[in-house]
Amino acid sequence: MPSLEANRHAWLRLAPRLTIAVLLLPVGAGLAGVLAPAFGWYPALGGTNLSLDPWRALFAWPGLGGAIWLSVVTGLGATAISLLITVMICAAWQGTRAFGVIERALSPLLSVPHAAAAFGLAFLIAPSGWIARALSPWATGWDQPPDILITQDPWGLSLMAGLVVKEVPFLLLMTLAALGQVPARRSVLVSQTMGYGRMAGWVLTVLPRLYAQIRLPVYAVLAYSCSVIDVALILGPTRPSTLSVQVLEWLSDPDLSLRFQAAAGAILQLALVIGLLLLWRGGEAVAARLGCAAIRRGHRFAADRAARTLSMGLALIAALTVGLGILGLAVWSVAGFWTFPDLLPDQFTWRNWTRQSATVTGTALETVMIGAAATVISIGLTIACLEAEYRHGLRQTRRALWLLYLPLLVPQATFLIGLQTLAIGADLGGVRSTVIAAHVVFVLPYVFLSLSDPWRAWDSRQGLVAASLGAGANRILWRVRLPMLLRPVLAAAAVGFAVSVGQYLPTLLIGMGRVSTLTTEAVALSSGGDRRLIGVYALSQTIMPLIGFALALALPALLFRDRRGMLDRG
Amino acid sequence: MISRLTVTTALVACLCLPAFADPDPKAWDSVLEEARGQTVYWNAWGGDPRTNDYIAWAGQQVQDQFGVTLEHVKLSDTATAVSTVLNEKAAGRTEGGSIDMIWINGANFAAMKENGLLFGPWAEDIPNWSLVDPEANPALVSDFTVPVEGLEAPWSMARVVFYYDSARLPEPPRTIPAFLDWASANPGRFTYPQPPDFLGTTFLKQALLGLVDDTAPLYAPVEAADYDAVTAPLWAYIEALTPHLWRQGQAYPQNGPAQRQLLADNEIDIAISFSPGEASAAIANFELPDTVRSIVLDGGTIGNASFLAIPFNANAKAGAMVVANYLMSAEAQLHKQDAAVMGTPTVLAMDKLSPEDAAKFASLDLGIATLSPADLGPALPEPHPSWMQRIAADWEARFGVAQ
Repeated sequence: MPSLEANRHAWLRLAPRLTIAVLLLPVGAGLAGVLAPAFGWYPALGGTNLSLDPWRALFAWPGLGGAIWLSVVTGLGATAISLLITVMICAAWQGTRAFGVIERALSPLLSVPHAAAAFGLAFLIAPSGWIARALSPWATGWDQPPDILITQDPWGLSLMAGLVVKEVPFLLLMTLAALGQVPARRSVLVSQTMGYGRMAGWVLTVLPRLYAQIRLPVYAVLAYSCSVIDVALILGPTRPSTLSVQVLEWLSDPDLSLRFQAAAGAILQLALVIGLLLLWRGGEAVAARLGCAAIRRGHRFAADRAARTLSMGLALIAALTVGLGILGLAVWSVAGFWTFPDLLPDQFTWRNWTRQSATVTGTALETVMIGAAATVISIGLTIACLEAEYRHGLRQTRRALWLLYLPLLVPQATFLIGLQTLAIGADLGGVRSTVIAAHVVFVLPYVFLSLSDPWRAWDSRQGLVAASLGAGANRILWRVRLPMLLRPVLAAAAVGFAVSVGQYLPTLLIGMGRVSTLTTEAVALSSGGDRRLIGVYALSQTIMPLIGFALALALPALLFRDRRGMLDRG
Repeated sequence: MISRLTVTTALVACLCLPAFADPDPKAWDSVLEEARGQTVYWNAWGGDPRTNDYIAWAGQQVQDQFGVTLEHVKLSDTATAVSTVLNEKAAGRTEGGSIDMIWINGANFAAMKENGLLFGPWAEDIPNWSLVDPEANPALVSDFTVPVEGLEAPWSMARVVFYYDSARLPEPPRTIPAFLDWASANPGRFTYPQPPDFLGTTFLKQALLGLVDDTAPLYAPVEAADYDAVTAPLWAYIEALTPHLWRQGQAYPQNGPAQRQLLADNEIDIAISFSPGEASAAIANFELPDTVRSIVLDGGTIGNASFLAIPFNANAKAGAMVVANYLMSAEAQLHKQDAAVMGTPTVLAMDKLSPEDAAKFASLDLGIATLSPADLGPALPEPHPSWMQRIAADWEARFGVAQ
């Protein structure tokens, strides 16, 4: 018995390394798999010599400058605006009752998949979209939609808007998690007694400490915004499109020789992300200096009423945009013929749903199976890591945290292409279990990030009491710690499940078309442009994670219905 | 000992493998026998729900009649399937591949043929090949001028038509120059899918055919012609047209269905299509108003065929051949041409069918916005695929990256 116990402990000790391997190996292998063709090595296409030709072809593409510029502008712009709004909301309202309202309005947006939010936004703001329909012709005089460029605008503004409405809730959640470690209330109070405005006090005293905690999530937003594919396909300009969309286009061009160029483009995309991260890092230093200068100058910024109202307005607009967008999709999913400028369809029909019911059910089941498996694996590994940390007194290093974020920082398109080649080589492509493994790479970081803080915050004296009553380490874990932490564990699981549901490229490339989820189905159908079907799938895709979050809320309430003490604990 | 064993194994493999690995369509009964119980993964574009429904229907038929299970792998782009086969070849997977059949034509076919990624020849040996007439319909044996050579079997005909809302546009333009005149008088009401989308490139080819005096160079590889001289009228035309396009040509719909949505949203008045039944079907599906009608251009429009190909490493070659043969049957083709199903023109020759089957085709209701075969007029063959690639790349350099 003791030896078994010891073995189990040894296994537990390996958990952090195993987790790192689960994250790192696919990324590393995928990068190697795309690096080779970028330098001309792709034997199946006759590329058996190393050369710089793919790079020459890439740089000869006339749209390269425009595509890079667009990726840079939308990446930096979406990140800066999202961060600015998040900071404004927190600075203006943290600790007030209004903050709770904003939090409740924004957090459901987290579960809306990016593609669904983008579809909704596109229909809302297009010249023939819902807003224009609501105002026409009585207010605008338009009998036919005006010929003005809104979505696909060459400056990427609508693309940025589509990213911002999704990234603000994410950054806000990350900020909320980090706020627990900063004595925000006291700092703001002290600065207010010194005459600073509420917002200025927060920005000058809380933000510097807080930002260190949310730096990695901000970097993840930056990397994502600059290399996003599905949102850019729906809202982004096309002459040219962003670099990542262009790489995917080359990859799917009938002219197979373009794959060398695509591989080079994927590497360039990675370089772009790294460059932007460094630039951002430099920007942080500049911002810090400006902040110090502001403090030295001593201006109190006491009149911040307008800015506070503005931040509230921006938060509500973000929530309203996504909400109305989803509502628009819901109406489309039951629409008969519906043209401009009618506010609602001529007739309503369930046909779009009944026709799709078999496919929706089948793919929904596949989505749940993949999502559940990836989530369970991720939760298991995360708990093993955290428990190993607790029992063996290990500490998470800064480097480990970076490794955790690596799959979120390396552009998906860059390493998944290489990974597909390797998966086929190992005869593992197109199988559900391989897709699950690929999902774990993206689910695990989010699960770990959501669970680690509540896990570490657990009062370890509870364990001490249990141990003094004779409970072993495992018994403490299963009978005391896990039940007490059931809520955060379920919340982390819901986050992980939502991440899995939203995965497009990993499912498509590793599943090789044989494994289809609601998301791959929705994006495949979106190429057919039928808003009714997009509505059906985007709604199903949105409902899935919502069910997950609802369960995460309902289960503890049900299990602990006669244990009030368990319910109160956060 | 070891070396002798290896040599023997190699010999045995050489002698036996082709015999039992690849089914022979000339011995159809053995193909049917081998196919029974197989699962055929058919990779086909999944962007059109009616096509998806038709494929599901065909899957039920081949299951009932031949015991073949058909799985539709829905693609957003056929090139994904091409790259999967390519990746499998790169990984050394020469049998048991993940794709059994691909809906393919044009440049994708040319690429697969050139890279040796196809199984065959087989298509001219399956029983229902006797129902087509390649002499009357040369598009069945020449896919964008690339000889088919039995490497793919035709299952659909496609023709360029334009559909328009007759309530908003009573007199649609009927020649390529007339499109420019009409667009200048009605700015912002016309566009085409952005090349290299195949429909957008098709518009460019259709315009080129309508603008040049001599079309002969277009049917040979582009390298053999004076490209700049041949395409000069096209670029002058597009240059003049672009400022009058939807959004002044600053943005384009990404594909045919997106362009159809623009017509439904009242953003444009006329759209190009490669499927004569598209407008009727879209009306039935609430996607377009019932005032939409179709036209072709004076002097004819481009026509081609869609094919089914089997990758060199397909796992269920016999099953794929059985499915392809079924899709070429009178029963399957008749169902597909029904306007309520897909409304796609058949590949079969009426004079090769039994009189009963021919009568059923003659009595089909084609739908309110579909032109009859007689009204469709002459079909112009597709230019060589090298023209398509060159023109698409050139368009991109001139108009696609203008920011």
